[in-house]
Order: sequence, then structure tokens, then C-alpha cells
Amino acid sequence: MDWLTILIIVIQCFVITLAVTTAFAYLTLFERRILARLQNRVGPNRAGPAGLLQPAADAVKLFFKEDIVPAMADKPVYLLAPAVAVIPALIIWAVIPFGCLNLNWDYQACYDPARTNLWNILQITDLNIGVLYVLAVTSIGVYGITLAGWASNNKYSMLGGIRSSAQLISYELALGCAVLSVVMTYGTLSTHEIVTQQQGGLWGIIPQLLGFVLYMIAATAEVVRAPFDLVEAEQELTGGYNTEYGSMKFALFFMAEYIKLIAVSALAVTFFFGGWHFPGLDILGREVTALAGPVAGSIVFGIVSLGAFLLKVVVFLFISVWVRASWPRLRYDRLMDLGWKWLLPVGLLNLVYTTVVIILIPDRVVHSWVLFGLGAITIAIAIGFNRTPKPIDNVTLVKDIQLPN
Amino acid sequence: MELILFLITALIAIVGAVAMLVSRNAVHSALFLLLNFAAIAVLFLLLQAPFLFTIQLTVYAGAIMVLFLFVVMLLGAEKVEDTPDRIAWQQPLALLLGLALLVVSVVVGLGGATNPPPESEALIQFSDPRTLGALLFTDYLLPFEVTGFILLIAVIGVVVLNQRGRKI
Repeated sequence: MDWLTILIIVIQCFVITLAVTTAFAYLTLFERRILARLQNRVGPNRAGPAGLLQPAADAVKLFFKEDIVPAMADKPVYLLAPAVAVIPALIIWAVIPFGCLNLNWDYQACYDPARTNLWNILQITDLNIGVLYVLAVTSIGVYGITLAGWASNNKYSMLGGIRSSAQLISYELALGCAVLSVVMTYGTLSTHEIVTQQQGGLWGIIPQLLGFVLYMIAATAEVVRAPFDLVEAEQELTGGYNTEYGSMKFALFFMAEYIKLIAVSALAVTFFFGGWHFPGLDILGREVTALAGPVAGSIVFGIVSLGAFLLKVVVFLFISVWVRASWPRLRYDRLMDLGWKWLLPVGLLNLVYTTVVIILIPDRVVHSWVLFGLGAITIAIAIGFNRTPKPIDNVTLVKDIQLPN
Repeated sequence: MELILFLITALIAIVGAVAMLVSRNAVHSALFLLLNFAAIAVLFLLLQAPFLFTIQLTVYAGAIMVLFLFVVMLLGAEKVEDTPDRIAWQQPLALLLGLALLVVSVVVGLGGATNPPPESEALIQFSDPRTLGALLFTDYLLPFEVTGFILLIAVIGVVVLNQRGRKI
């Protein structure tokens, strides 16, 4: 590895970290404006044109706020927790393919499964275990929240931290099942290869409709977004695990949460919506190459694929904000019920479907549509089951208590 | 370069392990153990085994240590009690066994009973998760299934212990 390669990797990491944190800042504005529209309000529109400087104002405010450490807190762990929360959210981006800009100036290498002659600048590394890496990083993401709750030495923070660890551990299983079925469908653990195999319009959502639904529910719970944001239920916990955190330390937790939201959206695009593919992308690459040479062809291909990817991610972020505006928060026992009694069994069922159908029907197109049908039927049945009346919670009012005499 | 990386990682692993032993707070101990696990995971990466790296992170750092922390926090057992140790013979025995392990590993390490690592092409083939999975389900099927059986026994044990004292 010569120094030029290392330099390029360092620059890549730097650019992606900056881009992701900027995206976080503007995601907060995006969310506040959209939520306001959905609730028939205006939202923040005063700082700069259309409120575009609002994130900068927020950042300045958070930077200059007084930094307080509670007297009874466990100081090293208290200071460590925000960093532990934000690091997994950032390093998960290492394996996500944003697009395909081949620095060896040959756009067709992007479609080559053997990856010869490919030097993709829009993905930091293409591990042969990329998907497992994602799961490993999400599994250590729980530490930040748990430690913050414990180190603050505050019972509300502690309750928030314990809730979060229970919730994340429970939903990790369903998430793993959903991702595993994608891996089985494409027979590879590399994210780049999963994307290239979705070429030609047969995106991952067709064979894995059920997996997609499971992934979206489990991922929303993993990033503790509404309607699964019990970790920070204000009415019950006065704010949750970050009650005792102020200024930039609070901002780091906030940042970790939103960056993880962007990351799971990007992964949903990668696994289920074709990654950087876009109808007509290869025609564009071919025409530009014929018109202006391979260098221009690769650059145009790379930029358009990056744009397609970002567009899809923004659609997912919008849906997430929409869900937050629409659904009330779940009760804690219902949350655990959903995770263990619905998502996990359905996820295991989906694994069985995927194995059996792919082994029985070798043809890609046919087995994709068969799996699509099976998934749709299963979702319909599961929703039908849920419509049956739930048992009424047995609460005995004080005036109804029969005393034994 | 690889040697420097190895030395740094090994140092972090040892510091983590020792700090885990001497720490007076159970949560701090758990965190130092976590540091140790992470360093070991990086050592796997240096041996060009990325699959083992992720498994180490997921299973040990991501699952087992979370459960440890969870239990310690729920029980509020992070403070060391001042009551005298009831199993006082444990400490010297542990030291003795640890020394024995050290001697054995040094003898094995210096005895030259080490195969040279395979060349890069074969190594990539070897570290491929597909190869590893195939090996687990063919050559090492019996150990694999025995391990699964042992884990099953642990699960049944938990259920049985949980049912004790409860009228069925």
C-alpha cells in the first residue's frame, strides 16, 4: 500500500465524516420543517432564507452553553459515553456504497461481480463481510446510551438506559433475521455485490418484501425513533438517558441518533431499493462514454449514481419523519410483545421461505416473484391476526374491590 | 508497520485485562474487559481474518458484555462489598493456574511449533466466510453440534431454575 492510497483513504474518511455530520445538521431542520407542515404550523423559518441557517444557530448555542458534570456522576464514564455513542454511528458508513465512481475510468467495471479493474471512490472499503460488519457495529451502538444512563447517577437516566438496552437487544434479533434473509437471497455478504446483483430492476424489495417490512420496523426501533422512542419518553422519564447531559455532550447523543437514522435509511436503500441503481443509468454511462470518452463517462456515471442514492435516502428520511408525525408512542409491554412475539417469529419464517424457495426454484426472476407473493400473503395474515380484539387489561378499581368479610 | 500496529494493540489488550482485574468498580471492570475484547478483535483483523473480527465484536462485545452490564446495573452490584471473601483460596489458585498457562504458552511459542501463515492468495480463500461455513458443516460437524447441544442445555437450565418454587 503506497502513501497515495493511504492519503486517498484518509481524505475519503474525512469527507464522509464531514458530509454525514452536515447531513445530520440539515436533517434536524428538514424534520422540524416537515413536522411543522404536517401539524399545520410554519416551523423555524427566521434564521437565514427559509430557515437554512437554523442548524448553525443551534450549533453555536450548544457550543457556548455551560458545560456541567453532575457532582455524583461517575466522571470518566460520564464523559466517555457521548463519544461511545457517536463512534459506531460514524464508522458504520465505511461499507455503505454511495455510488460508483471508478477511478480506473471504466464505468462497466461497476457491474462486474469479480471487481477486477474497480477502484470505487464512493465507498471506503468493500469488505467481503460488509453486512456482518454493519451488524457488529450496530450491536456495540447500545453502549453509549446504557453507559450514559448509568454514569449520570440519576434514576430517570438509569431507567432510560435500561429501557434502551432491553429494546435494542430485543430488536437486534429481528433486524438480524431481516438482513440475513437478504444475504441468503444474494448469496454474498459484500454490500457492493448486493447492489450489483440488483441490477435490471429486480430490486431487493421484490424477493424480500417481508424482509423489508421487518427491516423497517426493527430498524426504527434500533434507532429509537418514534413510535418506538420509549427511551426518551418525556412524560415518564423527564427526558431519558440524556437528562443530565447538556451543551455539546447532549448534541453528540442527538447526532448519534440522527446519523444512525440516516445510516439505516442508506442500508435500506442498499439492501432493498437497488442502492445507487437508477433506470437508464447504464445507457447514460454508455452514451457519455461514446460521446466524450471513458473519463467523462465514469465521472457522469458516478455523479448520477450518487445522486440517485441520495434521492432514495431522502425519500426514506421523509417517510421516517412522516411516521413520527403520525403514530403515537407504543406502551412498553406492547413494544416487547411486538419484538419477541411478532417480528422474531415472522423473521424466522421468512428465513425458511427464502431457503426453501431459492433451493426449489433456481430461476432468479421466478423465485423472486414467488417470494414476493409469499411475503405479501404472510403480511396480510399477520395484520389480520392483529385485528382480533386484544385482551382487555385487567385493572380493578379501588371502589370495586370486594373485601373478604 | 504491521509490527507497530500489533504492539500497540497487544499493549491495549494487556492494559485492558490488567485494569479489569484491579478495578474496584464492577462497571469499570466490564468496560475494561470490553476494551480488551475490542483489542483482540483488532488482532484478528491484523491476522487477516475479518470474519472472526466481526464475530468477536458481535458476540463478545455486542451481546455478552451488554448482558453483563445490564445485570450489574440492574442489581446495583457495582460497588465492592467490605465483607471478607468467602472463597479466599480462589485468588492464589487463579494466580498459580495463570502462571502455568503463561509457561505453557511461552514454551509452545519458543519451541518453534508454529506453521508459517499461508500466503496471501490462500489466506483470502481461508478467511472467506463461505469456506469457514462449509468447514463447520462438514469437517467439524460433530464439535459444532455438540456446542449447540451444550448451549441448549444452558437454555433449559435457565427455564428450570426459573420455574423452581413456582406452582405449576
